[in-house]
Amino acid sequence: MSDTIEVDGKQLAVDEEGYLADLNDWVPAVADVMAKQDNLELTEEHWDIINFLREYYEEYQIAPAVRVLTKAVGKKLGKEKGNSKYLYSLFPYGPAKQACRFAGLPKPTGCV
Amino acid sequence: MSETVKQFLYLNRKAPYGTIYAWEALEVVLIGAAFDQDVGVMFLDDGVYQLVKGQDPREIGMKNFSPTFRTLGDYEVGRIYVDGESLAARGLTREDLVEIAWEDPETEEEVDNIVEVVDRTRARALMDEADVVFSF
Repeated sequence: MSDTIEVDGKQLAVDEEGYLADLNDWVPAVADVMAKQDNLELTEEHWDIINFLREYYEEYQIAPAVRVLTKAVGKKLGKEKGNSKYLYSLFPYGPAKQACRFAGLPKPTGCV
Repeated sequence: MSETVKQFLYLNRKAPYGTIYAWEALEVVLIGAAFDQDVGVMFLDDGVYQLVKGQDPREIGMKNFSPTFRTLGDYEVGRIYVDGESLAARGLTREDLVEIAWEDPETEEEVDNIVEVVDRTRARALMDEADVVFSF
């Protein structure tokens, strides 16, 4: 596990797919650094999803699969946001996979 | 999606910690549910401990995954059974177990708790009915 990313001058370990090795290392700047790697500019809409994922993980100890995420987002943030078209427009590499990485969570279970 | 929907029944028979079975079984259930199959989960023998509320395994260096069972409803796992005899033999009642909410994907009707305590006759019938039974 030699891979790291630099956040605020600190080297944080990531796994071979770029997910944070230690959930406790996460600070908001992690998402900014990872987004830059993916050529994304994070907006308030991105943060809504990232924060939502962190809350979901806090409560259920699991990163939700994309189908579950879509449904839960629709419930929490409004129906117009609870669809994969909207989520993919924010996170082109896959809402669950990419947003979970930005949020410092492990890769989602049931991610196919 | 796939044309044939099969009825899957997962049997969880082991205590939550000490072996990897419980956690692995949960992951398999969640992954299986992502494939639009009809998934049921049954807890029996020491497996009933997996659903007990208020677990704190930090001292043994394990992740507390009991809250994760509450996402089964989100994953559209609509059938969750607990063997009543196993509960009684361990001095537990349904009040000791986590509640799992579920929303009907078609009618959006919400059910507060889908955990169903069953007797042995019904447990046997459920195993008979299932197309595929996995035991962990």
